[in-house]
Amino acid sequence: MRTAHKHVLVALTAALVILLSACGTSTRPAAAPSGAGGSSGGAITVLAAASLTGAFTQIGKDFEAVNPGHRVTFSFGSSATLATQVVQGAPADIFAAASPATMKIVSDAGAADAPTNFASNTLQIAVPKNNPHKITGLHDFADKSARIAICAPQVPCGAATIKVFALAKITPQPDTLEQDVKATLQKVAADEVDAALVYQTDVIAAEDRVDGIGFPEAKQAVNTYPIAVLKDSKSSAAATAFVDYVLSPEAQAVLAKAGFAKP
Amino acid sequence: MVGNVALAGVPVDPQPAGRPWQSRVPILLGVPAVLALLFLVLPLVGLLIKAPWGDAGAVLTSPGALQALRLSIITATVSMIIAAILGVPLAWLLARPGLRAASLLRALITIPLVLPPVVGGVALFTVLGRSGLLGRPLYQLTGFAFPFTPYAVILAQVFVALPFLVLSVEGALRAADRRFEEAAATLGARPVTVFRRITLPLIRPGIAAGAVLAWARALGEFGATITFAGNFPGTTRTMPLEVYLALETDPGSALLLSVLLLGVSVAVLVLLRDRWVNQW
Repeated sequence: MRTAHKHVLVALTAALVILLSACGTSTRPAAAPSGAGGSSGGAITVLAAASLTGAFTQIGKDFEAVNPGHRVTFSFGSSATLATQVVQGAPADIFAAASPATMKIVSDAGAADAPTNFASNTLQIAVPKNNPHKITGLHDFADKSARIAICAPQVPCGAATIKVFALAKITPQPDTLEQDVKATLQKVAADEVDAALVYQTDVIAAEDRVDGIGFPEAKQAVNTYPIAVLKDSKSSAAATAFVDYVLSPEAQAVLAKAGFAKP
Repeated sequence: MVGNVALAGVPVDPQPAGRPWQSRVPILLGVPAVLALLFLVLPLVGLLIKAPWGDAGAVLTSPGALQALRLSIITATVSMIIAAILGVPLAWLLARPGLRAASLLRALITIPLVLPPVVGGVALFTVLGRSGLLGRPLYQLTGFAFPFTPYAVILAQVFVALPFLVLSVEGALRAADRRFEEAAATLGARPVTVFRRITLPLIRPGIAAGAVLAWARALGEFGATITFAGNFPGTTRTMPLEVYLALETDPGSALLLSVLLLGVSVAVLVLLRDRWVNQW
């Protein structure tokens, strides 16, 4: 009976992973070929928050260059979605989350080693290039006639968003609560909303399409990024090496260039 | 249920009493048939087994769930009606004998079936978004833009559901006996009268089947909706979006919500099928 449950669950999870990877912003398939991890030794799969897409892709390439024979495959997505995938047994070696809360889902399930903080990020207002709708600050988010996108409270960027508005004593009037920060950014980049609240790093990554506007409250809602090797990792030596590399000055420089601050 | 309905596109005479030839099912057909059924049903069984039924009361009657369910049913129904109004004439056009571009047209109509729905959402942006080809002049003239409104939800649903209706009705039209139409025309009926009095009644089961498929597809629509319509409770957060968001924090309640969506859709489909397909 137990195995019957397990089979049903495997089928469900497979369907779920396909669904999520089809709908999310991941740039590579979630079901990465890490099954061969045992034989090739150096192949690792990293599940990472959507906001890390640019920086981690670069860091992965650098890591492969200085560690010949190692291969890093990424699956980027909403941290909470990735956490769910890890708890459901997604075949991965490393989880890099956009908030301690989403890392805690994985730690509480006993699926990861002790996490290390490796970066931090602050929120910024993103507006379409040249600010066609004349957004000046956080107070514009309370304007009912303005089109506003923010992250859903359930995901890390949404949690930081709530904190920021509480500090500023502003009640936002959003038109949409997006599933992850890249989806929020996409709405601004397509000029479908007048303004959105995203990470500073997202503004930098899309600087040809959006402009950023800073605000003082952002400094009080800093989001810390933890990284951890997963308990089910089949190549934990390579995984540990990658985590060490992320903490190295070389990788930290890549992160800093993308707009991340020290943890 | 849905797969079953698709076959109803072809009008079938009610089975005569006495079961004239009921042979044994050959293994070659029986085994794959049972496998297919298991493949479709087992994931549902998994949902039912894994759902935390203890929390069912609280989750299923939560304002968020009811609001999403209400929005889903209203938008899916409106989408189905629009799909029928637009889709039946298109199917009629496609099924006209001697239409040269028919296969090209049919290929174009199946695009939404092939396109990943998220891409469909982006494509809708490029046409109907605030900066879209048609959306920009509309926005400049009226200040209205589709994204983030329930209208956007309906547009996304019609986009993905229309092909199901068109292909299903076209199948029924091709299977229908053209001689009735010809006879009516010879007797002096105008083309519109022929369509209304002869063609429509002939293909009613096909329309019903297509409408049910379109409704079901609209109800489950996710990717195009979350991209084009956004995600806001009460205006654009349909049941599939509610389920996806619940997965973020509370996978258990996501399972329960899925079961609720399935339950409602199965109930409606069975009800409609009995009422429409059999009566017509």
